[in-house]
Order: sequence, then structure tokens, then C-alpha cells
Amino acid sequence: MEKLINDFSFGLFFFQLGIVIILILLLKKYAWGPILSAIDNREEGIRKALEAAESARLEMENLKSDNEKLMQEAREERDQLLKEAREIKQNMIAEASTEAEEKANDMIAKAKAAIQAEKQTAMADIQAQMADLSIEIAEKMVKSELSNKDKQMQLVDNMLKEVELN
Amino acid sequence: MRKKNILSLLVVGFLALVFNFSFAQENADQEAGEPIDEKEEVKEEIEEAVDLNLLDSHYFTLFSDEEANKHYGFALPVIIYDEGVKIFSAAEFDHGNKVVEKDGKHYVYHNSKIYSTDASGELIIGDNGFPTNKKPLDFSITRNVFVTIITAILIFFVFVSMAKTYKTQQLPKGIGRILEPMIVFVRDDIAKESIGPKYYKYVNFLLTIFFLILFLNLFGLVPFGANVTGSITVTVVLALLTFFVTQFAGNKNYWKHIFWFPDVHPIVKIILIPIEILGMLTKPFSLMIRLFANMTAGQVMGMSFIGFIFIFKTWVAGVGFFGFSIFIGVLGLVVAFLQAYIFTLLSALYIAAAVEEEHTSEEDTEELPIV
Repeated sequence: MEKLINDFSFGLFFFQLGIVIILILLLKKYAWGPILSAIDNREEGIRKALEAAESARLEMENLKSDNEKLMQEAREERDQLLKEAREIKQNMIAEASTEAEEKANDMIAKAKAAIQAEKQTAMADIQAQMADLSIEIAEKMVKSELSNKDKQMQLVDNMLKEVELN
Repeated sequence: MRKKNILSLLVVGFLALVFNFSFAQENADQEAGEPIDEKEEVKEEIEEAVDLNLLDSHYFTLFSDEEANKHYGFALPVIIYDEGVKIFSAAEFDHGNKVVEKDGKHYVYHNSKIYSTDASGELIIGDNGFPTNKKPLDFSITRNVFVTIITAILIFFVFVSMAKTYKTQQLPKGIGRILEPMIVFVRDDIAKESIGPKYYKYVNFLLTIFFLILFLNLFGLVPFGANVTGSITVTVVLALLTFFVTQFAGNKNYWKHIFWFPDVHPIVKIILIPIEILGMLTKPFSLMIRLFANMTAGQVMGMSFIGFIFIFKTWVAGVGFFGFSIFIGVLGLVVAFLQAYIFTLLSALYIAAAVEEEHTSEEDTEELPIV
């Protein structure tokens, strides 16, 4: 301890104190101030850049999800359209087929009716002709038959029988 | 024998450069006459050299040859106040061999101190081993002052030029690349971590003492530097600054803790007052002693190992102690950084304790390390 006290030098103390205080003040103004503010600015810049990158990334993600949503919507719309088209097609086909059937039925019915009519006309014609022919034949036969009285009676009888049968 | 001497001389010569060991080349011409006496003589010389090297000096000595009383270096200016300012060169003392007479007063130079004497230059040695002669107020530019000024100028220019590089670019260049992480470390891990949001008020002080102590410590390791931080006066100054900064930083809460400790019995409060005041003083005192002791011990160790080479004077010892000295040197480098860090960190913690706001919980500033 005595050695330490003996070693203590007032001059050195005085100079040292002066140097350190001057150094603190000078460095504060010319070194630490600018250096620390530069470091702070840089750190702030880095922080901002990181934040910007993060927000850009989020935006990208949003855009991506938006895109996906749009794609999804488009896909759904396409599917809807296709479905509708398919339905329309089926409807059309079904409608067309019923229409055709109806038409065909109609035509068939008409044809049937025409055939019936024709047949009736033809039948009537045939009947008329038959009647004519029958009358002619009958005339001829009557002419030949009426030449004798018995035969005439027989004929009348027959005819009457026939009529009765009819 | 001669060959061995030359070898050990080479080793020591190199180490002298590395460890700032201004030892003489006195062994070069000595013949191995009486081994025991010679050993004793060497021991004494080593002791003296170690002691002198630890002390401040009025000479900036690069090499010295005690045998021929030749010193290579330069004398620093002496400024003393003894009924008037007297300025003269320390060369007039001729390393303590001459009595200097100024304005009818006589001064003598002894173990790095200037004493007032009579014309004969006689020193009266007291009981404690130190001269009892009156000492004039010595404001000399001593080696420590000289090295501190050089270091301060170096620090100033290094950091100002570093600050300038930020004007043109965002990133530091040159030495700034090494210093910037250290500045950020002091700011973030010492100041911000300990003091909290109010750190910016004290970061200038902390940065300055950190780099000043670091540079001075490193200057103690390089050749021709001086062990400035191993001087008690310098550590007193640094600790005193921390003390005053802490006291001025102190808020209401801090003073309340010292003079009227909260939440205890009034009698305990009164008992605690002197303890708290003592604690206020022991904190900077521990800072002062720690730095001084560490730096002095490093210096003594380094020089002692070199001294061993001269005592043993064998090839094996030469190589062995050379290795040890290198080891101590590397350790010194680590200690230089560590002590600068510890001093700054503890200063920050003391300031933190002073600016701390009142806590609701019991755990408070009392666990602060003072060791």
C-alpha cells in the first residue's frame, strides 16, 4: 500500500484526467456521434429492407392465392358451362327425338287414315262393281230363268230364303 | 559458454522487443568467473529492471546498458512547481546521476521520482524504504503521459477517420471493419444490455474508456510501449471518472437506496447508511485495483520469465522460458481485451444501478459484483 501511495503521481493524475476528459468530449463530437448514427441508420435501413422484403413476399403470396382463386373460379365456370352445354344437348336430343316420334306417329296415323280411306273407296268401288256385275249376272240369269214359270217361283223362293237368311 | 550467452542474448533481444523489456546487454562481455556472485548480481539486476520498468519514468528509454550507464532513447520534459514553474529536460538528471540546480533549489532523480535536496543531493531514506525528502509538484510529461497522449491522438484519428468513411459509404473499411463490431458490442452487449433504454447518454463515456483502456493495455504489450494501465494513478483516474459519472447519473431511487433503504426497519435503515456509502466507494475502488493488478501482474510475469533465462543461463531454460514468455504474452493479449471489457461492463452496471427506476419486486441492485 505504501508503495502504491508512493507511486501515485499528482502530475500524472492531472494529465491523465485532462486527456481522458478531452478525449471523451472530442470523440463524442467527432467519432461516436457520426459512427453510431451511421450504424443506427444502416440498421434502420436493413430493418426497413427486411420489412419491405417481407411485405413483398406477403403480397406475392396474396397475388398467388388470388391467381389460384381466379383459376379455380374459371375452372368452375368452365365446368358449369360444360355441364349446361351437355344438358342443353341432351335436352335438344330428347326434344328432337320426341318431335320426330310425334311426327312419325302423325305421319303413320295420317298414312293409316289415308290407307283406310283408300281402302274404303276401293271397297266401295269393288262393291259397286260387284253389285253391277251381280246385277248383270242376275239380269242374265233372270232373263234365262224367267223363261219358265216354275223356275221363276223357285227363284223367288230361293231369294226369299236368302233374304231371310240374311 | 560464450556461444550459449550469444544464443540466450538473441532470444532475449527478441523478447525485449516483444515484451518491452529494456534489459541491458551486460552479459555479453562477462566471463564466467564466480558463478554464485554472478547469479546473485543478475538476480538483483533483474529485480531492479522489473521494478523500474513498472514505474513511470521521465525518460523514454528504448534500450539501456546499465554497465556502461548508457541509455538509448530520449529524455522527456520535466515540469515542476516549487515556488514557481520550472521546465527543463530530464536529460539534466542524467538518469539520477546528477543533482540539478534550478533557481537556487536542488533536485535529485530517484526511482522515477523527483525529490528536493540540498546541494549534495543526499536523500534521507525513511523507515518505509522511501526517501522522506520533500517532493515538488511534478507535472512532467512522463513516459505514461507521453504514451497516453500518443494513444489518445491515435484513437482520435483512427475513429474520426472511421467516422468519415461512413459519409461516403454505408459499410466501414480498413481498420473500421475490426472496430465496428467492437463498437456495436460495447453499445449493444454492454451499454444497452446493462443500462437499458437510457443507454445513449452513457455510451460515449463507455466507448471512450473501453477503447482507451484497450489501446493502453495493448500499448503495454508492444515494444517500446509503456505499461500505462499498470500505473495506479491511471486506474485511479479511470475509476474516479466512473464514480462521478455514476453519481451524476444517480436518480431519486438510487439516492433513496443509499440514505434511506426502503422496506426495512428504521434501525436497519440507519445501519445501512454507512454500508451503502461504503459500497458506493468500493465499487470504483475495485475497478481501480482490478485493472492495476491485472496489468501489473501480466507485466511482472512476462519480465520474470525472461529474467529466468538470465538466471539459469542454459540452452534448455532459454528455449523453455522463451516459450513461457510467449505464452504469457498471448495471455497478456487476452487479458488486455478482457480487462477493458470488464472495466467497461462493470462501469455500465454501476451506471445501470444508478439510473434504475424503482422496482416493485425485492430483487434489486444489490447483487452487483464488486469483486
